[in-house]
Amino acid sequence: MNKIRVKMADLNVGQNDDVLITSGLGSCVGVAIYDSKAQIGGLAHVMLPEVPSNRENNNPAKYADTAMELLLKKIKNKGASSRKLVAKIAGGAQMFSFDNSSSKMKIGARNIEAVKRILKEKQIRLLAEDVGKDYGRTMEFYVEDGRVLIKTVKGKDQVL
Amino acid sequence: MKKDEHTDVTELSDLQLDALKEVANIGAGNAATAFSQILDQKIDMSVPEVNILHLNEVPDLLGGAESLIAGILVEVAGDAPGKILFALEKEDAERLSSILLNESLDLESEDSNIEIQNSSLKEIGNILTNSYLNTLSQMTGLSLLPSVPGLALDMAGAILEVAFLQQGHIGDYALIVETNFLDTGDEGIKGHFFFIPTPESLTKILAQLGVGRI
Repeated sequence: MNKIRVKMADLNVGQNDDVLITSGLGSCVGVAIYDSKAQIGGLAHVMLPEVPSNRENNNPAKYADTAMELLLKKIKNKGASSRKLVAKIAGGAQMFSFDNSSSKMKIGARNIEAVKRILKEKQIRLLAEDVGKDYGRTMEFYVEDGRVLIKTVKGKDQVL
Repeated sequence: MKKDEHTDVTELSDLQLDALKEVANIGAGNAATAFSQILDQKIDMSVPEVNILHLNEVPDLLGGAESLIAGILVEVAGDAPGKILFALEKEDAERLSSILLNESLDLESEDSNIEIQNSSLKEIGNILTNSYLNTLSQMTGLSLLPSVPGLALDMAGAILEVAFLQQGHIGDYALIVETNFLDTGDEGIKGHFFFIPTPESLTKILAQLGVGRI
């Protein structure tokens, strides 16, 4: 078994008994996409919903739109079939609540929305999710069967 | 200055970094004084560190992305918006809270004291932030208005990524201005104080400090 770490604003792919792990998702969203028959999958830790129009983008893994595009390309290159792809997502929490919270603060909700919209556009079925609320999550994605283990600080571990 | 003009943190000169360090030194010094007055004991402060880190490394700043910390986050509005994060490891937060409330506490317990503990931690965040911002305001002439503090007891990575999110909007590197507070009592309490201006605010602050363009 090979444990592969995915850092913030990063993504990685694995196969067979690889486990892709991303720790401490707050407002960021972890997106696992895989083809369970081929046992090929990838995990992205996206930070922001989309590339700002007025900036050049030198880290595609940071934004939901470009990260998912790149993730799909990488898992297809490894031999996954685009028709068999499914997804599981976690994160997008609102870690702090402020009395005067502006819409800008609700970045977690915007990240979730963006990820779901892109999955729909790409016709990738969303099998399970653990999103929103106000706590951090760690995601362990077992590529061989698509199982995703969600760990939090207080609650019990959960399997998606 | 164009509206969206911002400073690329990887291009800051030594002079600019020194200016930021100097502000942090005076600001945190005043915050430490306020801190020791509340606790009625001497509080030591480290020389502030100013570092440029890749965003990837930010979640690991406080003992690993999964370590449990208390994070008190204040949003700064006004002329130079940004955030301030005061973070303590779990044991330190508990110790600080017990000194403040004069009783022992367990942050993971769900009893009714939790609200009181949380407000005591928020209040500390409030006081540190206000003394820091007052200093920064006096040195730059910029108006800086802190929000009511928010508190989270959670994974360090999840808290840090929210605090540094705005810097990620612009570049792939974060400017870390960090001061550590340490009380000199028997057990010791260590707190990490981060000043996190938006890239646009950083440009303004540097200009007001007289090191805008080198």
